[in-house]
Amino acid sequence: MKVVVAVKRVADPNVKVRALADGSGVDLANVKMTMNPFDEIAVEEAVRLKEAGHATEIVVVSVGPEKSAETLRTALAMGADRGLLVRSDAVVEPLAVAKILKAVAETEKPDLIIVGKQAIDDDANQTGQMLAALLGWGQGTFASKIAIGGAAIEVTREVDGGLQTVNLPLPALVTADLRLNEPRYASLPNIMKAKKKPIDEKTPADYGVAVEPRLTVVRVHEPATRKAGIKVGSVAELVDKLRTEAGVL
Amino acid sequence: MTILVLAEHQDTQLDEATAKAVSAAGRMGGDVHVLVAGSGCGAAAEAAARLEGVAKVLLADDPSLANRLAEPVAALVVSLAGGYDALLAPSTTSGKNIMPRVAALLDVMQISDVIAVEGPDLFQRPIYAGNVIQTVRSTDARKVLTVRVSSFPAAAVTAATRPIEAAAISADPARSSFVRSELSGSERPELTGARIVVSGGRALASAENFETVLAPLADRLGAAIGASRAAVDAGYVSNDLQVGQTGKIIAPDLYIACGISGAIQHLAGMKDSKVIVAINKDPEAPIFQVADYGLVADLFEAVPEFHATVAEKMRA
Repeated sequence: MKVVVAVKRVADPNVKVRALADGSGVDLANVKMTMNPFDEIAVEEAVRLKEAGHATEIVVVSVGPEKSAETLRTALAMGADRGLLVRSDAVVEPLAVAKILKAVAETEKPDLIIVGKQAIDDDANQTGQMLAALLGWGQGTFASKIAIGGAAIEVTREVDGGLQTVNLPLPALVTADLRLNEPRYASLPNIMKAKKKPIDEKTPADYGVAVEPRLTVVRVHEPATRKAGIKVGSVAELVDKLRTEAGVL
Repeated sequence: MTILVLAEHQDTQLDEATAKAVSAAGRMGGDVHVLVAGSGCGAAAEAAARLEGVAKVLLADDPSLANRLAEPVAALVVSLAGGYDALLAPSTTSGKNIMPRVAALLDVMQISDVIAVEGPDLFQRPIYAGNVIQTVRSTDARKVLTVRVSSFPAAAVTAATRPIEAAAISADPARSSFVRSELSGSERPELTGARIVVSGGRALASAENFETVLAPLADRLGAAIGASRAAVDAGYVSNDLQVGQTGKIIAPDLYIACGISGAIQHLAGMKDSKVIVAINKDPEAPIFQVADYGLVADLFEAVPEFHATVAEKMRA
């Protein structure tokens, strides 16, 4: 079974990102960048499938600027076999990313594609579903468990009421949720080995995909911040304030 | 302009998320139709027909639509899309699963998790866990969007009822099949609609403590129980109770955070609550920076005392 995993380079999730003063975008100068945490989970799952003897090859793809190659290297150090950078310095929206990944899938012919359920920068939660739609494949989104069974997989999904399990004939697409696994840290020998693994480079134009955005960003601003309130000294004072001052009890 | 809202429902009942999505659709201007897709979902359609602001309900009742799998529901919505200028769903896990599939099939860039409608093509949405708000204009002829339900009031329920029409069922792409559901089921109010939420973090230290320490207070207050990601990851409570950037995003009247430090991704899920209470023994915990009332205390002492105090006051 061949697996394709897509990864995105994003701002570190522990960094509090700020809007630019002129409202034109967010300030990413000097912000630490990392692999989208959900994509790390997707890579880890593919590597585990390979270690369990289900997957034969893992191809990791990223659409983004030149530095996305570093994110691909991280995935290669975790255990992916080769990388593909589809280079674009402009912002590429989820719909265009899905179109590019569709073209990649038509070349690579994977049995399974795993992506993170959402990127923690734009929080769009779209790319996987869009890619499955464009390929005409079944989708197992927000996955907390993948079970391989011959020509199909069973995916357990985290949904509003609890869990839902679906069966998908291969080829299929899965989007990884938080509890699918805990990603490993790459070991030093594997980081060294990853430097020798191949990363191919293409552009969206190579796949005939236009990346002009459909959404125009009119303004970017920070929401009104909540002010810290008061510290109370006791439970009795707390309950009293909630009843008389806040009127919520 | 005519807008189609994809209803969130459990076949026999309509979820409040639908009423909220209807009010969001109303702000775009034009006629609002509601699509109820499911199996044996006539009751949900009747409830949708009583929502203020709805002109018409489309009922797609077919076994292939049971469990609302993304592939057949998306195919159905796409088959109806020709008659609409905008397609909208609440950003529940179901809406998030289905709508991007619809958008891609229509070659539209979806606008996810809208928190404010400024016009028929102008929307506000949060990025970076809600630390930044983006206002975007869609240049697509047809709009596809999901709306954050905690940002919109529920459309009122009226005595009058609107017409319900049967929708033609499209062929099931048969790219997935339902295996099973494991729904947590609880007597407590649903997390996303609850007026009061009592939430616990890793400091609770066990599933038992959620039941013995947190649950009595929640039940006394008629509150829902929530949890931080750390508590869910540790297996103390089920995944559907997670509050945060990638869990549930809620805005109750009162949010009581017990033993929750207040990571960015958690704050993203609850910072729009009207009143926030934090109980934490670490005075430096970031949760205190957003709390209206902070109590530096050991939750294992403070929460039972809170329960006892409230019980006494309510008797008085």
